[in-house]
Amino acid sequence: MTGTGNILDVRGVMKVFGGLVAVNDVTMSIPERSIVSVIGPNGAGKTTFFNMITGIYQPTSGTIRLAGRELVGMRPDQVTEAGIARTFQNIRLFSTMTSEENIMVGRHARLKSGFVDAVLRTRKFHDSEQEARDTARLMLDFVGLSQWRDELATNLPYGDQRKLEIARALATTPKLILLDEPAAGMNPRETEDLKSLIRRVRDELGVTVCLIEHDMRLVMTLSEYITVLDYGSKIAEGLPHQVRNDPRVMEAYLGRGAAAGEYGKEERPHV
Amino acid sequence: MSLPSMFDTNRDAKPDRTILLIAFFLITSAVLLASHNRPFLESMGAAGQFLKNPITEAFFVSLFLANVLFAYLWKAAPWARALVGVGSLLIVLPSAGRQDTSLLDLSIQIMIFAALALGLNIVVGLAGLLDLGYVAFFAVGAYTWGIFASPRFAEILRYYGENPGATNAGTLAIGLFLTVVTAASMVYINRLTNRQPPTATSTWSFRLAAFGLVAGLTLASRAAVVLMSGQADSLASGIAPGFFWLFLALSVLAAAIVGVLIGLPVLRLKGDYLAIITLGLGEVIRVLANNLDLYTAGSQGITPIRSANVPWFNSLAGALGFSEEQHYLLFLYVLVLIVLGMILLVNVRLDRSRIGRAWIAIRDDEVAAQAMGVPLVQTKLIAFATGASFAGIMGMIFAAKQTFISPESFNLFQSIGVLSMVILGGMGSFPGVILGAAVVTLLNLRILPGLGEATAHLGLPQQVNPGQLQRLIFGIILVTMMLLRPEGLLPNRRRTRELHHEDNQEDDSVDGNAGALGNTSAEVYSAGVAPAKHEDNAGGRR
Repeated sequence: MTGTGNILDVRGVMKVFGGLVAVNDVTMSIPERSIVSVIGPNGAGKTTFFNMITGIYQPTSGTIRLAGRELVGMRPDQVTEAGIARTFQNIRLFSTMTSEENIMVGRHARLKSGFVDAVLRTRKFHDSEQEARDTARLMLDFVGLSQWRDELATNLPYGDQRKLEIARALATTPKLILLDEPAAGMNPRETEDLKSLIRRVRDELGVTVCLIEHDMRLVMTLSEYITVLDYGSKIAEGLPHQVRNDPRVMEAYLGRGAAAGEYGKEERPHV
Repeated sequence: MSLPSMFDTNRDAKPDRTILLIAFFLITSAVLLASHNRPFLESMGAAGQFLKNPITEAFFVSLFLANVLFAYLWKAAPWARALVGVGSLLIVLPSAGRQDTSLLDLSIQIMIFAALALGLNIVVGLAGLLDLGYVAFFAVGAYTWGIFASPRFAEILRYYGENPGATNAGTLAIGLFLTVVTAASMVYINRLTNRQPPTATSTWSFRLAAFGLVAGLTLASRAAVVLMSGQADSLASGIAPGFFWLFLALSVLAAAIVGVLIGLPVLRLKGDYLAIITLGLGEVIRVLANNLDLYTAGSQGITPIRSANVPWFNSLAGALGFSEEQHYLLFLYVLVLIVLGMILLVNVRLDRSRIGRAWIAIRDDEVAAQAMGVPLVQTKLIAFATGASFAGIMGMIFAAKQTFISPESFNLFQSIGVLSMVILGGMGSFPGVILGAAVVTLLNLRILPGLGEATAHLGLPQQVNPGQLQRLIFGIILVTMMLLRPEGLLPNRRRTRELHHEDNQEDDSVDGNAGALGNTSAEVYSAGVAPAKHEDNAGGRR
């Protein structure tokens, strides 16, 4: 799955913290308009991998290209502007802001009105505020949170906070959205909702989706392509059924002995 | 009336108080005018003595200033609120100040501190960056005008006239050329690195250009001073007062530039680290002022500093019955009022804009803000520079009002004082920090000294004499206020909703409540200083 038509090309990235190799020579491509997953046991380096793509960490070596454009060396806000948005494993909404305002912040990089426009209330200011508000309402509608528009983000139910984070990320008009454990802490019904939301993000908005997830049922039914990390290295990749039956994957999740036995549907107790 | 209900900002739930507001305005105005009319007081005898008592006087001044607060808070007809607000500040207060200079002086002082509090509020309250060296920018504004509008300027010119070195007209040309070229290349490199990641070459050429800019500016200004040194005698008491207006803009600019210069190296830090380093840099500015004898006259201070001279305003003031020596005070009063109004307007407009949202986003969660496309350093620098520029312009007006400045006017306690105004009033709330400034200034300048004066004749032993215990009483008041109302006197809408949102959520999930509690305690006790939730595995560059 390499060559043209890839939105993201990661080549041989490596991240070393002191003596610890957190991510070791990982190569991965994400085809445009696909839904892919990165899985692996806890501590496999998945989040570190995401942090490198989004510029929070700089890779020790390797290249990351978004539609041919090199991202290594960019700050996180520049990466966002280039077209990658993300959500966080532990929800990081702006707690003193309303749902609408949270999404309006997501619009920051796309608005052009500056300090002087704000002070003088120029036409540019009014236009860009209107644009931000319109986007916010559109996104709230899209994820189904319109009724929470003027509510503080912290007051939303847990599952809705996750959706709001996705809406905020989508407001940056990304080419690629990275979801870090979007289903963590959700009950099966909320997870079903999330699954259809992620599909709609791809189908209706045309945004490529890459997720880190522990919920194997979600991963296996949603992803078109899966990459497995363990101890920072890529140990397998392929279509869901290929990964599911890969002995190295079973070993990484269940240990050598158990891997010889039957492979369960859920490797990890549901949190 | 209990404290919470008195400061309740929920206007709709309250009855219309138009009549009460007007009545309060008329009574307090009458008392203020009476208590500041000396002949009237003398004719009153014992009652006059009572009104002249420093404690009663401070009390009546505070009551009168509460007019403006109530006009803002109470539900009343718009005309009444406008009348009370405008009438108090533009008519009654200046009229009362006609007889008593200290009243105008106090009002100017309150407004200067209100502007400082508004400036610091942007940095601490909105962007969540604890700055303990804020008064440095106040000093920059004060010295910008102080050096040029006093005999200091002639001293500097004379010194360079006697020690011209190798400087001549050619140096000026070279200096200006270097300045322009390096500034242009810095702009160019900056544009380039905004589009693509910086390389080692671009970083180093930017630093080289910055060095060249400093060199160019130094050369040019030195040459200009040497060339002007012949004028020293005609500038014996400083540059012409007409430059006052130009310097209002220059002091804003100078403070903003110093804000950026201080901000650039330190804004990569956060929380406690930032607080300590700004504290240090604030002291550096004070120590510089103490040691650059030639420019600042060191600890002796600069005096006399000129003020603007507006003939038509003076004749107007004369026509209104102000004595000659009061003209400049009335002028500064009106000027400070206008400047404070403009600062407030800028604040409100920035708050409800893309930049204001970015500041609050950074305060709430830096990592998430950056991931949403907010450039951290740039946005923080704008906060620093905006806050600094308010301090700069007020510093200049302060210098003109005092006619004397020395490094001691700008010590650490001033920074702490302004911070206490922001926290006492309500971080992030514009009316709150103005109220905080008024309360703290009144306490410091009137109520506590008044307490000392009023009890001086009682012959109390020194250990329990309120005059000796001013700082202690001030501290007790602050601690009590923070315990009773941790969110401040007039809290910010966001903060109130966050602190009290449990009330309107009966059937809450466990998750929701846990999150709310965690946030509440973090917001209240860390007071925006170091949001604890920044540390976790999503990381963030330190």
